[in-house]
Formats: sequence, structure tokens, C-alpha cells
Amino acid sequence: MNMYFFKETLKQSSDLTRKWEDEVRRSAGTAIEQKARWSTVSDLEIKPLYTPEDIAQTDFSRDIGVPGEFPFLRGNQATGYRGRLWTFRMFAGMGSAKDTNARWHMLLKGGQTGLSTAFDFPTLMGYDSDSPKARGECGRCGVAIDTLEDFLTLMEGVPMDRVTTSMTINPPATVLWAMYCAAAEHKGVPLTGIGGTIQNDMLKEFIAQKTFMCPPEPSIRLISDTVEFGAKHVPKWNTISISGYHIREAGATAIQELAFTLRDGIEYVEDVIRRKRLAVDEFAPRLSFFFNAHIDFFEEICKMRAARRIWAKVMRDRFHAQDPRSLWLRFHTQTAGCSLTAQQPYNNVVRTAIEALASVMGGTQSLHTNSLDEVLALPSDHAVEIALRTQQIIAEETGVANTIDPLAGSYFVEALTNEMESKAWEYIEKIDAMGGMIAAIDKGFPQMEIADAAYRFQTAIDAGEKVMVGVNKYATGGNYQIPVVEIDEQVEVGQIERLRSVRRRRDSRAVRRDLDDLKQACKTGENVMPFCIDAVKDMATVQEICDVYREVFGEYRDPGLY
Amino acid sequence: MTERKIRIMVAKPGLDGHDRGARVLARAFRDAGFEVIYTGCHQSPEQIATAAIQEDVDVVGLSCLSGAHRYLFPRVVELLKGRGAEDITVIGGGIIPEADFPSLYEAGIKAIFTPGAKLDAIVDWIRTTIVPRN
Repeated sequence: MNMYFFKETLKQSSDLTRKWEDEVRRSAGTAIEQKARWSTVSDLEIKPLYTPEDIAQTDFSRDIGVPGEFPFLRGNQATGYRGRLWTFRMFAGMGSAKDTNARWHMLLKGGQTGLSTAFDFPTLMGYDSDSPKARGECGRCGVAIDTLEDFLTLMEGVPMDRVTTSMTINPPATVLWAMYCAAAEHKGVPLTGIGGTIQNDMLKEFIAQKTFMCPPEPSIRLISDTVEFGAKHVPKWNTISISGYHIREAGATAIQELAFTLRDGIEYVEDVIRRKRLAVDEFAPRLSFFFNAHIDFFEEICKMRAARRIWAKVMRDRFHAQDPRSLWLRFHTQTAGCSLTAQQPYNNVVRTAIEALASVMGGTQSLHTNSLDEVLALPSDHAVEIALRTQQIIAEETGVANTIDPLAGSYFVEALTNEMESKAWEYIEKIDAMGGMIAAIDKGFPQMEIADAAYRFQTAIDAGEKVMVGVNKYATGGNYQIPVVEIDEQVEVGQIERLRSVRRRRDSRAVRRDLDDLKQACKTGENVMPFCIDAVKDMATVQEICDVYREVFGEYRDPGLY
Repeated sequence: MTERKIRIMVAKPGLDGHDRGARVLARAFRDAGFEVIYTGCHQSPEQIATAAIQEDVDVVGLSCLSGAHRYLFPRVVELLKGRGAEDITVIGGGIIPEADFPSLYEAGIKAIFTPGAKLDAIVDWIRTTIVPRN
């Protein structure tokens, strides 16, 4: 091992640090610290000072290195943001497909470089807009999509050969991706020419986001189908976005987010290799990730840096990947919805800017910045514009993209990165010992770890031990009313009319046949994707396809752990 | 005489999966000494009303962050009334715009708690308002 510091430097560091400690102790009578324990938003204890001794064990080439080389701590790309900025990708979806298409065009005109789709709850859960279960939800949390006809409206005027689109869709991911493929064909763009991402990460649904349909085992099988289909036919598509975002929003600490997300990733890789007999390098380069950028600046940066290094080790040592691209942890980031406050909402602009800056310092490839009003409702045009401009200011005014991984070598940043990595490994090993993530979920392990952390955080807020400005401190005044977007009740009415009209016009026998074929594929283990594409082309609805899954695979019920 | 404990059902109506608040509250209620039943996500108003009656609860706490509260909250109250269980108090929380408060109160929701509400404040409201039914 190569010593990171000369012995003399460490000696000097040690001597000066002892001296500094004595000085602090001596002056404690007059300059006592304001609190006994200083910690991150995740309650990770932070020392008052970090010195060369904290990273004395570092081996530069093994642990830090350069961008584009193992362990990829400093980024996947040799040129960092100088070669290519992150993608400005604002999550957007509201009301009908037409409403959302209008918002997308506004964003593209404003300089956004990628699209990202928010679906409403019925679509997310695999129900049609006229299902009794969908009552009151249509178009409220995102766009309502029932059939390919809606999807074509959504993609109106979108250059599918040039703009990449991310879709936050999980249980019905096969269906919505099939619609995207069918829409591309409709526009004359080959499958090899489209790019984008489906979230398609069911493990984090059982752990945190709770948008589930079938039990874990068949859910993973459907994911492996998409990974295989993508590897063979849609080479520029990220068939999964392994997500920590929702794990964090559910109340996890940064380390839990890091560990559970990467352990989920391991579970998916194992399943594809076992079930599909693909070599790891045939699909691993298309795995993508999604992290939260919470308010604790350094903790977030270190989390992202640690994530890249852990994943590179996992892929190299556990799965023996050869292709360097298999070792890359490419990720999207969203600023933390749960850090925003309904009180004094304009303060949210500041929070989001700081979180976005952390994402960039952490080396994200893609970013959504929350709008100041997202804590109250879907964002308004004006609020979205400010959020997009926040990214553009960071990218083009602040100079932070001038150099790659600018915080590398900081005693604190490297020490915290190391600490978060080693604590994440502890969780990963613990879950390995449980028999993997599905087994851990069956035991309720990640769910209860998160519930504990969420409860600890809330009680810390209530006790004033952690501060949320405008909520438990500085709560006076400033409650300016801001305009809030409302989704018209007529959206539901119009959507149901459109859906029923499609059902009347389509060839129902063809749909029946498609669904029977799909059911057969579900049972035999054949890849479902080609059958989904056929079905959506014949205007099978989201629910009709998902009902096939529910019938063959069964339904998962929330165990209601707290 | 031992006083009967307050029985509360924390419920997530509709398709919304945002359960952080509901789960934190369920635990706070348990720590406050209430008897807690948590339904888990994705319950229909019918399932919630049926379970509330079967479990003989004093309070139902509904949590919704998807915007569907306008339909779902009043529907739970209506179903309870229809089954002669109007003495079960229904309260709600989540992302509820203030503009919706009047219509929810009118529909029979007794209290609404939104982000920033302290756990203690919610527990206190229940303690002072609810008399356990016999």
C-alpha cells in the first residue's frame, strides 16, 4: 500500500491536532460548543475537525484515483461535466395526456434536455381511469394513461429519436414501456434509436414507496424480462432505475438509502443472470440508479461518491464484470421532497438550490429540482421555471462544473465517504446473511429500519433537536399565500369518456387474443414484452394487461408494518 | 375502575402509497397508550368502514397525500353513517389544501392535521376530544 501522506506530515498533523484539542479544552469555559453532539440530518455524528489522520489509511490509486477509472469515486466519465453536463430532467405529469404534453413543450422550450413522466395513481397501480378503485385520483398526481391513444397524445411533437424520456412507472412498467415502443414505431423511429429509462424497481416499492401489484418474486421476473428485452432489442434504454429516492423519502437515513438501494441492485443482477442466463456485461451497462439529494450538504455528496465506489467493487468482485461500463453507477437525482415545508414556502427555493448543488458536487448524471410549491400540490408553470433555472444557474454561472469532483481530497469529505461506505457494507452483508433482499423484505427488515429512522427524526423535530426553519424554529410570519395548481374534476370525466370511446372502436377479439397470449407467456416464462407490445397496439388498456398479471401471479397486500 | 383505552384506526384510503406520516403517527399513538390498528396502504373506503366497525374503534385517522381526499374522506364518513356508526370520529391528514377544509368539515371530518403538526398536538387533540365508547 502506498502511503497517502508522508510520515512527517502525519506527525505534524498529530502534534498540531493535539495542540488544538488542548486549546479547545482550555477555552471551554468561555467558548463551549453550542450543543453536546453534532450530527447530520441522518443523525450521523460529525467531529469538529478532520485532519490527515482521518484518511491516513487511504491508498490514492485504490481508493480515490481519477475520473473514468476504477473505483470511479470521482465519476464515470473521464471528462466529467466538461465533456457533458448533467441532463436537466424535470419530473412532470398532470391531468390528461394533452395537459402534460403542453407542460413538456414548455420545459423543452425553456432549455430542459430530457423528459420525465409522472403518472397518476391509477396508472401507477395498473387500474383504468373508470375503475372504482381509481375514483377521485384521476390526473391528480400525474398524467392519466389508459391506452396507446393517450400515450400518442402524450408524445405529440416529441422528437423520440433525439429526446430521452424517463418514466416513473413500476408495477405496469412493461405496459408503459410497450406503449413507448409502439409510439416510436408509429413515428417511424426504430427501437434501436430510442433512449430513456423506466423506473421498474419493485424492491423499493415493497420497502418504501408502496406502489405494488404482484408479490416480490413474479415482480422481479417481469423486471428481468424487460432487462433481457432491452439488452437484445432496445440497446439505449435503461430498463431499470434502482431507486433510493423513495427509500429516503419514507424516512430512511442516507446510509440506509445507500445500502438498501445497492443491495436491491445486487438482487436484480443475480436474478437476470440466473433466470435469463445473460452474462453480466450484456446488461449491466444499462442499469441505472436514482438517489435523493437531501438537505445535509456533505452527507449527500459523500453518499453519491461512496455509491459509485461500492457499485464498482460489487460489479468487479461479486459479479466479475469485465466491461468498464458495467462498473459505472450512473444515476439521476431528485432534490428531497420531504425536506420542503408547507410553511413559508418560498424558503423551498433555497433548500432546493443547496440540494441541487450537492447533487452536482456528488456527480449526478441527471437532475430534477423540486418546485417550491410541490409540498402543496403539483407545481405551477412559474414554480417549475424557477426550479429549472436553479439548475441552469448552477451549471452555467457558479463555476462548479469547471473541475471534476472538486471536493476530493478534503479530509472531511474523504473520511465521511469512507465511513458511509463501510456502514453501507455492514447493511449489505447483513442482508446477504438474511438470504437476500426478498428474504429481508419478507422479514420486514428494511421496512422496520426505515420506520425506526422516520420516527426518530419526527421526534427530534418535535423536540427541537433537529431544525426545520419555518416549522419548529423561526416560525413567525412569512406565510405568503402562493398560487396552487388545481386539477379540474372534469379531467376524470373527459378521461373516462376517451377510454370508453377507445373500447368501443377497437377490435375486442384481437385484444382478447393478445391477452390470452400474454397470459400464456406469463405462465411459461416466455418474455412478456413482445406480447405487451402487441396488446397495446390493439388498444388493450393498462388495467386489462395488469389484470392478467394479477390473475396469474396474485396480488401483494401491504403488511402494514409500523 | 380502569378506563378503557382509546382505540384508533390509522387508515390509508385510495391508491396512495405515501405512508410515512401514517406509520409515524401509528407509532406515536401506540407510545401514547392508545390501542392502534393500522390498515396498511390501498384500502377502499368500504374496507375502512367495515374494519372500523369490526374493530370497534373510537377514532379513524385517514391519511392521504394524493389529492383524492375530496372524494375518499367524505365517503368514509358517509359509509360509517350508513351503517349506524356515526359515533366513530373521523379525522384526516396529509396534503390537504386549506381551501378544502370547509367542505371536509361539513362532510363530517372532525379535524384535519397537515405537515408541521406536532405528534403531541395530534395526540392531545384526541385525548381531549375522544371519550372511549363502551
